[in-house]
Amino acid sequence: MRSVREKSARPIGRVVPAPEHHLSAETIQAAKGRRGFLASAAAGGIAVAAAGKAVAQAKDAPPAINPWTRSLGAPVGATGYGAPSKFEAAVQRRQSPGLTPQPQSSVSFTPLQNLFGIITPSGVHFERHHSGMPEVDPTQHRLMIHGLVKRPLLLTMDDIMRFPSVSRIHFIECGANTGMEWGNVAVPTVQYTHGMLACSEFTGVLLSTLLDEVGYDKKTARFVLAEGADGSALTRTIPMEFALNDVMVVYGQNGEMLRPENGYPLRLLVPGVQGVSSVKWLRRLEVGDKPWNAREESLHYIDLMPDGTHRQYSGVQEVKSVITTPSGGQMLQGKGYYEITGLAWSGRGKVRRVDVSTDGGRNWQQARLQDPVLTKALTRFRADWNWDGGPAMLQSRAVDETGHVQPTIVQLRAVRGTRSIYHNNAVQTWRVQPNGEVWNVQIA
Amino acid sequence: MSRSLKAWRPLVAATVLAALAGAAFAQGKPAADGPRFGFGRAATPQEIAGWDIDVRPDGHGVRKGKGTVAQGQDLYDAQCASCHGTFGESNRYMAIAGGVKPEDLKTGRAAALRAPDGMRTVGTKLNYATTLWDYTNRAMPWTNPQSLTVDQVYAITAYVLHLNEIVPADFELNDGNLTKVPMPNRNGMSTNHGLASPKGKPDVSGKLCMKDCVQAVKVTSELPDFARNQHGNLAEQKRPIGPARGIDTTFYDPSAAAAKATPVAVAAAPAAADPKALVTKYACTACHGMTNKVVGPGFTEIAARYQGKPDSEAYLAKKVKAGGEGVWGPVPMPPQPALKDDEALAIAKWIVGGAR
Repeated sequence: MRSVREKSARPIGRVVPAPEHHLSAETIQAAKGRRGFLASAAAGGIAVAAAGKAVAQAKDAPPAINPWTRSLGAPVGATGYGAPSKFEAAVQRRQSPGLTPQPQSSVSFTPLQNLFGIITPSGVHFERHHSGMPEVDPTQHRLMIHGLVKRPLLLTMDDIMRFPSVSRIHFIECGANTGMEWGNVAVPTVQYTHGMLACSEFTGVLLSTLLDEVGYDKKTARFVLAEGADGSALTRTIPMEFALNDVMVVYGQNGEMLRPENGYPLRLLVPGVQGVSSVKWLRRLEVGDKPWNAREESLHYIDLMPDGTHRQYSGVQEVKSVITTPSGGQMLQGKGYYEITGLAWSGRGKVRRVDVSTDGGRNWQQARLQDPVLTKALTRFRADWNWDGGPAMLQSRAVDETGHVQPTIVQLRAVRGTRSIYHNNAVQTWRVQPNGEVWNVQIA
Repeated sequence: MSRSLKAWRPLVAATVLAALAGAAFAQGKPAADGPRFGFGRAATPQEIAGWDIDVRPDGHGVRKGKGTVAQGQDLYDAQCASCHGTFGESNRYMAIAGGVKPEDLKTGRAAALRAPDGMRTVGTKLNYATTLWDYTNRAMPWTNPQSLTVDQVYAITAYVLHLNEIVPADFELNDGNLTKVPMPNRNGMSTNHGLASPKGKPDVSGKLCMKDCVQAVKVTSELPDFARNQHGNLAEQKRPIGPARGIDTTFYDPSAAAAKATPVAVAAAPAAADPKALVTKYACTACHGMTNKVVGPGFTEIAARYQGKPDSEAYLAKKVKAGGEGVWGPVPMPPQPALKDDEALAIAKWIVGGAR
């Protein structure tokens, strides 16, 4: 009689070690294949359609038991850095067709209609590149600080990350956000009307800390030039009034390093100011006594007024809000209760209140503000609405802590005309049709 | 004299403080006006000179050098015209010439900017020539930035100014006259507005009315039905669960039923073997259509010419990378130095294979 020990390849009574941190490439591959995690972004659209169908058939409703309840799931570690569920493939940054001739100097928009709360997932933060997205090696990246300073400095990422740091939640909004709507309605959804907008928790060093470190000349210094390391070597002039207040040199975003699209490994953040000033892939800061009149502050990012004057150095993003649900391009699923929800923000500080109208601005109700309400950050608001199945016009109107009330497009056009491109902070109107469709309209 | 004394004063104070602090300083703590942390190292003058390329309207940063309109024309035709047009007229990107009127040069206000559809070009918008020099120097040509010499930047700047009828054909631009070019819109900018400062005054403010605030609501603008689907099928842009769905916008436009929304995938690095992704990544499609001529010939037009010819793949791979002119007309193709050899070959093989 053979012993048990002889029969088994493994010694009896010994526990096989758990495969923590020891997943083989084959194991991971097998797990991915089985769960269909390899579905590409393109196939994702099909997956969504298929998922929709499955729900519609309701074949998995009780008492039947869903297949995922009757099988073993994927192991931990199947994806080292997770991705959204494949059923979320509709949630994508998108370009507006025909807006720009080349994708390297272009913009993709944040899918605001699909997001909750105030934090924008880093993967769908809007993009704006001027000469494409560079791949910057953080070990080779340098930040130079010079000009009207006692001690010109060259800093590595190691150096920068040793300075005392702060984490703050701020929005970034492109100055041209909603710029396509100055003359008339041009785009269908909130992704395209307001999607050059995002809000993140940023971690980095206050610019004032770095300016003190280099000993900037307090008598003559009035501006700081920020320059990117990308092919456009984009430059913007930052007045000291902003630079010494709350401007940050940022490396962290939402708990991870900046994404390449958002300036990895280092960017400037000028809270409350149009996004172009928050120079990505930051490589140089020069302290000076006069503004630079850079291309992006004399040919672009200037606001054309009706008399032919251009407003230069127009940075502050004034009080603004938009309803994200229900919003343009959506289809309501029948009468009854809906929560109207959206985002409000101001480059001048905190949002004080938001009002919501369902009849095109004739009557208003005050919306609830979700904590936290932070300075120069997105604020989530909510209001109750019972849709009676009739036509409706949804609007939101924000007020910031300076008392500035978000204006209408009619008010803005009376002063700025329709050609300025930038800084359109008008009240947005979504028309709800009796068939449940919601569309972007402008009203007077 | 008094200035140099002033500059020394903090140092004197620091010495006194250092003496007072004694033991603390012996442990390496910095002087009161020294760096607090001491991270990084001093940037040397040579290092600063290499990166400090900005040029300001007041002459700060202006480089010694010169270039003529004639020299600029040769450079422009070779390196700029393919995107900006032979006369700077192409508005595919921002038009760099056009719209300047002779009286603008006197007034410093471009009249075109007052007209509802007036031309908004480098000529009519720009207030200082230094900015044109600075941007050309730092960011152009688009696919090969910071490749021009200082004199070449002067020459190209001179030529663009000439295209805008700001300087004559025999003009030489140099470090002595760059800041003095009388730009047509030099008086056209204002910083007197509320958006320049955190404490600025807004132009307009809404009303905080709550009841019966407007009499009648009139829709003044909406998307026409034919544009419902212009951004792709909105049903695919909203998650398929929750209180609202995306509208199926293919409904009114049967011909577009197959069209998919375009997720932004173009920014991702394409696999080296995918030539179609490569021609997008390297912006070849800025000038070449798939089948038709844009600035240069369409890809299938090139395929037709080279199919079946010996060594055509190697020849085209070289051409794609080095650029050239004369084969398809006078407009030259700029070189693509960033393109890797295997990528150039992949593109060439794809073209010769019929560009499908």
